[in-house]
Amino acid sequence: MADPKALRDKTCVVGIGETAYTRGTTKSPLQLSMEATMMAINDAGIKPSQIDGVVLPNGHNGGATAGDYAANLGIKDLIYTASFPEMGGAQMVSAMEGAVLALASGICDYVLVPHCSYFYTGARARDMTANPSNALQAAEYIRDYYRPFGVGAPPQHYAWMAQRHMHLYGTTQEQLGAVAVAMRKHAQLHPNAIMRGKPMTMADYMASRWITWPYKLLDCSLETDGAGAFVMTTAERAKDLKQKPVYVSGIASGHPYPPHDIPNRPDILEIGLDHSAPRAYAMAGVKPADIDFAEIYDCFTGQAILQIESAGFCKKGEGGPFCENGNIELGGKLPVNTHGGLLSQAHNTSMNHVIEAVAQLRLGCGERQVKDAELGVVTGWGGHGHGSIAILRN
Amino acid sequence: MNTNVHDDYQLPVLQGTAKEFYTYCKAHDLRFQRCAQCKTFRHPPRPLCNKCYSFETEWAPVKGTGKVYCWTVAMAPIGKAWVSYMPYAAVVVELDEGPRVATWVTGIPPDQLKVGMPVKVWYDELTPEVTLAKFKPL
Ligand SMILES: [Zn+2]
Repeated sequence: MADPKALRDKTCVVGIGETAYTRGTTKSPLQLSMEATMMAINDAGIKPSQIDGVVLPNGHNGGATAGDYAANLGIKDLIYTASFPEMGGAQMVSAMEGAVLALASGICDYVLVPHCSYFYTGARARDMTANPSNALQAAEYIRDYYRPFGVGAPPQHYAWMAQRHMHLYGTTQEQLGAVAVAMRKHAQLHPNAIMRGKPMTMADYMASRWITWPYKLLDCSLETDGAGAFVMTTAERAKDLKQKPVYVSGIASGHPYPPHDIPNRPDILEIGLDHSAPRAYAMAGVKPADIDFAEIYDCFTGQAILQIESAGFCKKGEGGPFCENGNIELGGKLPVNTHGGLLSQAHNTSMNHVIEAVAQLRLGCGERQVKDAELGVVTGWGGHGHGSIAILRN
Repeated sequence: MNTNVHDDYQLPVLQGTAKEFYTYCKAHDLRFQRCAQCKTFRHPPRPLCNKCYSFETEWAPVKGTGKVYCWTVAMAPIGKAWVSYMPYAAVVVELDEGPRVATWVTGIPPDQLKVGMPVKVWYDELTPEVTLAKFKPL
């Protein structure tokens, strides 16, 4: 096998775009996606028809397939398409990995990764997980073996993990709350954050209603509408483009085992990121201590803590204390989700995490800029614990 | 445009291996899929044994005893049918033979649950077709 290190810094993100995030929209997912796509393409300074690869993270973007992108962008010879539906929320970084491979191998010149989340106006997450029409075996398991016992919504499966973490390591409610409070603080500094202007204290967190113990309302990510997109090319081609490239130094995807059923994993706290993170760091040739900020897939507070551990920022079990005392806030030891994350900016399935990481590494984030940022991490989590990670640098 | 497709209590779809699993439950006989060759349990069911790669399976009875592994306490309904049950603990129980199931532990308030608590199966005859294997403290 070729050495993955050969892929280090060979490809880069050269364009990003993002629509306004809203709760409710009259626009279709396709319309939103195309708007974000054109922003990203214009940001890159290329012609739409130069795109020759489309990696569509979940394969359909609310009804629009890669073919719709070819039609709208005037791509007469679309060379490469791929999607990663099983990865759930990890699909964005896995899509970036697909783009890296397509570019580094020379199959494509410019790859577009667009994504629309339609979580407010479209079907809610609780209605999708147990619906085998999404063609995932895991959905059939949920329908036949969990749902009859009133377990069907993502916070419920994920609360199992949080409870286990509390039992094994003494993680507290306030430590979960510290994650939510930090994300909310950061959202105050982002002009395109749903929760901007709505600050939240630990007391607000503790007073919020229970959803599924140990998760409260404010442990749960938002349900919003909006789209984003990024454009990638090779380091060689990026030299002639208008933006300062953001290089993919390391990237990897990983899976829990068995992937399709949380309860029957030997250790339900062993997640996909435990497998992928060491591979990504080895590819990048850096250590967790070198990282300046991290955009962590914060679908729920406990899942953010698990990933902070598995991404190597602290030891297993120490994620709770790690998130306290402003450690994960701007100015802290490891700023996490400088945009407010899924908890307080918007839920765009981590497309917003990728875009924020690129924006940080362009050093253009104003009052929420991580000073002198050189290395950032983006993680993805989804489909019951699949985990992807990108290590980006400027 | 939001449509909640789960307003009613959602029953398992009785087809394939799920039909077999629930047919045993209906007879108050908790069984799990097991490799007929190397005798490794697996749940939920799947076609191939990942230890010896045999396709041969059997439905092996278990004693019906196990321990609480983890849980969550539902306090927001995932559908109208669940409102009257709240708050309920959705518990993962590890059977003594190994498989873990999502289930309920009844007869104890959710805040009294403990990891490792020994439990024993009972059968909740929910509908004429569907019986659920639930648990209570031993
Ligand atoms: Zn076997």
